[in-house]
Amino acid sequence: MLRLENISKTFNPGTVNEKKALSGLNLHVKKGDFVTIIGSNGAGKSTLFNAISGGFYVDEGSVILGGRDITFVPEYKRSQSIGRLFQDPLKGTAPHMTIEENLALAYLRADKKKAPLSRISKKDKEMFREKLSLLEMGLEDRMTQPVGLLSGGQRQALTLLMATYVIPDILLLDEHTAALDPGTAAKVLELTESIVAENGITCMMVTHNMNQALQLGNRTLMMADGNIVLDIEGEERAGMTVTDLLDRFKNGAGHEMNNDRILLS
Amino acid sequence: MLYIAQTALELGFVYALIPMALFLSYRVLDIADLTTDGDFVLGMAVSVSLAAAGHPFLALPAAMIAGALAGFVTAFLQTRLGVPSILAGIVTNTGLYTVNLMVMGWSSNVNLLKQETIFSLFRGTGIGGAWYELIIVAVITLLAAVILIWFLNTRIGLSIRATGDNKDMVQASSINPGFTISLGLMIANALTALCGAVVGQMQKSADINSGTGIVVVGLACLIIGETVLGRKSIPRNVFAVIVGSVIYRFIYAIVLKTQIVPIECLKLVTAFIVGLAIAMPTIKGRYLLEKQKAAAKRRKGGLK
Repeated sequence: MLRLENISKTFNPGTVNEKKALSGLNLHVKKGDFVTIIGSNGAGKSTLFNAISGGFYVDEGSVILGGRDITFVPEYKRSQSIGRLFQDPLKGTAPHMTIEENLALAYLRADKKKAPLSRISKKDKEMFREKLSLLEMGLEDRMTQPVGLLSGGQRQALTLLMATYVIPDILLLDEHTAALDPGTAAKVLELTESIVAENGITCMMVTHNMNQALQLGNRTLMMADGNIVLDIEGEERAGMTVTDLLDRFKNGAGHEMNNDRILLS
Repeated sequence: MLYIAQTALELGFVYALIPMALFLSYRVLDIADLTTDGDFVLGMAVSVSLAAAGHPFLALPAAMIAGALAGFVTAFLQTRLGVPSILAGIVTNTGLYTVNLMVMGWSSNVNLLKQETIFSLFRGTGIGGAWYELIIVAVITLLAAVILIWFLNTRIGLSIRATGDNKDMVQASSINPGFTISLGLMIANALTALCGAVVGQMQKSADINSGTGIVVVGLACLIIGETVLGRKSIPRNVFAVIVGSVIYRFIYAIVLKTQIVPIECLKLVTAFIVGLAIAMPTIKGRYLLEKQKAAAKRRKGGLK
């Protein structure tokens, strides 16, 4: 589904702030894969997601999604087939617009041909209501309220719904539960799992929770210094503990894992 | 007195198109578009020149198209060429001065002497009696308001609103923000030019300097309207600008009549009020902080 071939990205080249964020990274994600990603601070996890979603163009290499070379396709066009959630729950929704207006925007991705001057129809509203009820947060009865009134968890759940309203070729989750309180985080994660499983969505998720990284999905990547140092799946992954993972990381990266948040969690 | 009220209503309605345009650019898209001053004159110049050539009706859509093009230039500068949005407006505005002179046949002033305008033609029908001017401007402005409200609830309108509300999200919804910003600014500037076009035919002249400071007056009307009616929903916001504009013109008329403030000072007063209104949240925050500091100091003092 997703193929990254030898991609590199250097920020601020030729200055004192030069930072090689990705260096010759190769990755092949198969259709239906649920990949969890962990790594040190500044290992390039978010940069990897930006390279896939088009936040910048890579310096070298190519990005191929669903058999199409999208290396130089602008971000907004890639969004048609890429769903994305950020750590900040405020990033995925428009606060001054109502819940149904936000959903209508997500729905735009579905039907590019739909007349640009058409309005939200009754049928659309019923469909939105049905989808919202799946979240079990009571949002279906607040459809005309501005999104700014929702809690972070509710907004993130809504963003999740919007990102998967049209089934994307790949769903990128960048620590999307990290800014939520533990209870809400568990709820959003549960929703994520069920939506991903039900629709067989190909998914990549960055997390700083090692247990989560091993429990969720079918494949785990560890990143360090702009590259993938460990890629495990199947039986090898099934029998792995967090301690094993840290050992393997040290062997792969040549240094200890240094992610303050991982150590604290 | 009635005459003053009538004039204030007429001017309030016709000039409401400016804060309406600013509502779209400044509030909805969150872009301070300073193309307004020159764009207003552009609409006026196109309209009066075409009316002088015997096309008073064609003059209005033509002025709107000219305005939309000016908006496109501003949008192109900021979305494609990376010029900061405020500068983009100023650059276009400066360039428009020459364009406006050109439209007016390289003269700084064009007058309609005996040629028909939409106003003189409507007056001929006898509808509305002495209030015919008010009827025309009210119909134009209300029509523009209704269309704008309708438009902002269509899919493309929602995309424009989301662009000003959360740009990240818009990209993720596969909408090109460059496109929505361009379209939004084109519509805003078409409205501004329409205002110039109607004003031009109303006063039967176009003057190269008539747009000076009009953006600040427009902002004043926008803020007055929001203060009176609040910022609750799109329809309410759009009608608030008309209310704000009428109130401003009433204040203007009263000042003019009573000379409380010398009329030459009105722009300074307007600028002061607009500056103050936009700074209000910051001033309020600062005031609360100082209050908190004083309270903390008192508590400490009490401990000694």
